[in-house]
Amino acid sequence: MTAALELRGLSVRRGARTILSDISFSVAPGELLGIVGPNGAGKTTLLRAALGLQALSAGEVRLGGRPLPSIGERERAAMAGYLPQERRVAWNMPARDIAALGAAALAPRRSLAIAEACLAELEVGALARRGVFDMSGGERARVLLARLLATHAQLLVADEPAAGLDPEAQLLILERLRRRADDGAAVIVTSHDLTLAARACDRLAVLQDGRLRALAPPREALSPRVLAEVFALDGALIESTAGLTLAAGRAAERGAG
Amino acid sequence: MRLILLLTLGLGGALALSVAFGETTLSAGQYLDAFVRPGSPAAEILFGIRAPRTCCAAMAGAALGLAGAVMQGLLRNPLAEPGVLGVSAWSGSAAALAIVLGLGAAPGALEGAALGGALAAGAAVALLAARFREPETLILFGVALAALGGATTALIFNLSPSPITLAEVLAWLQGSVANRDWSDLAWAVAPIALGTALCAYAGAGLRMLALGDETAALSGLPMARLRVAAVAGAALLTGASVAMAGVIGFVGLAAPHLVRGAVSDDPARTLAPSAIAGAILLTLADLLARVIPSETELRLGVVTALFGAPLFALVAWRAARSWRA
Repeated sequence: MTAALELRGLSVRRGARTILSDISFSVAPGELLGIVGPNGAGKTTLLRAALGLQALSAGEVRLGGRPLPSIGERERAAMAGYLPQERRVAWNMPARDIAALGAAALAPRRSLAIAEACLAELEVGALARRGVFDMSGGERARVLLARLLATHAQLLVADEPAAGLDPEAQLLILERLRRRADDGAAVIVTSHDLTLAARACDRLAVLQDGRLRALAPPREALSPRVLAEVFALDGALIESTAGLTLAAGRAAERGAG
Repeated sequence: MRLILLLTLGLGGALALSVAFGETTLSAGQYLDAFVRPGSPAAEILFGIRAPRTCCAAMAGAALGLAGAVMQGLLRNPLAEPGVLGVSAWSGSAAALAIVLGLGAAPGALEGAALGGALAAGAAVALLAARFREPETLILFGVALAALGGATTALIFNLSPSPITLAEVLAWLQGSVANRDWSDLAWAVAPIALGTALCAYAGAGLRMLALGDETAALSGLPMARLRVAAVAGAALLTGASVAMAGVIGFVGLAAPHLVRGAVSDDPARTLAPSAIAGAILLTLADLLARVIPSETELRLGVVTALFGAPLFALVAWRAARSWRA
């Protein structure tokens, strides 16, 4: 099967600084890939580079088996959708108008219908006509995610879609992205919540200082050694009744104690 | 659609008022005369003097309203207006230079200079807009361009040999649509039509920009082209309005805010209503300038600033709400 996204030896430099170094992996349709790593590891840059928003200093990106530069703007939009971490909206537009921007290529009536379905999917259907300035941060995050879902692209990329939300909303968001993967889309999310990522994702890519430190199913990727060396955490992923759970404390603190 | 209809009716009313009233008070019989006898003095006042002046104000107002809405959408900033990228300053400066060089009386020279100045600044900003996506960067370049334009005008004042010329430049910079005839309007139609087309083309891009540069960049729209179209369109409109009526503030800032709420804050659907609202505002401002009793007629730029400044404060007040959010 053709990979939805394939990175080959991808490197990004900014001035003298190396942000990403020789990253290679691919994401298949139906897969939910989580990208985790400490702040500054290069997660957002990796997503931006994979979508053509960031110039590469080396390497290649293939979307649906084709080199990214050969794909036009319109076609790329149909193939891949992106939800940036930044949740600022410039104007007080109603939720359904914002979600409809995900399907802007369609006729207005059709795109509004898709927008309302996606808002309902994220349990904010009742807010369809409310302006985003009059919403809580969590509601706004769901509306923006609805815009991503409305693209119905084969590759969905979400940067920290669950950050700053209450636990129930976080679970809902990951569940919905999981559902899109089960329906055949390739989905990539970044997260700082290792438990959440471990439970929802098929595989985790662990980034450390711009390098791919591990790429494997969650339990292998977040081995005690990776937790210690990448995240400075002393502990392990354990199986609980609710699924995988991170049980760990600060490595340095324990060492000192 | 209902908003457009309502605003168009409002514009019709404003145009009718502006043609009907002025410095000279006409009797009912004279109004009748104007319509039945084309050569009568009343017909001359209504259709030879007031009608072109009114159309001039309406066209300049529409251009400013549309340019303001485009600038606010492009820069994602409720306080943006046509002058924010330095286009008005350069346009005014070029016109001032034309007056000082004694070209003021030559037909079309002043207008050509104003439009040329606007296009020069517009071209510089369009190049920057294609290269830099962040609105803050564009605004900073705009501040620099506006300062340069302002300094050039000040330099022209500084070096100008004759106080009479200075008075002429100053009066022109304060804005007016007095003594316009139909030929003054005719040449402005082309740049305004082209500017309007470019802005309409950019509309979908402005809507997508509400969610930020990166979302817009991956939306499938040709954003680089739409950005340049927005800047070029706004520059043409601003230049044409400065050429027709001098430098006029606040209309371009206020018009989009008056209609934004009625179109769910959608930057693309704000465009057409902003243009009509701008036309109404400037038509009424010109009417006020004529009917407010004063020794010399009030300048249009003075009237819009006097009424616009409190509105500006109100806009800032409302915008503070979105910054808190």
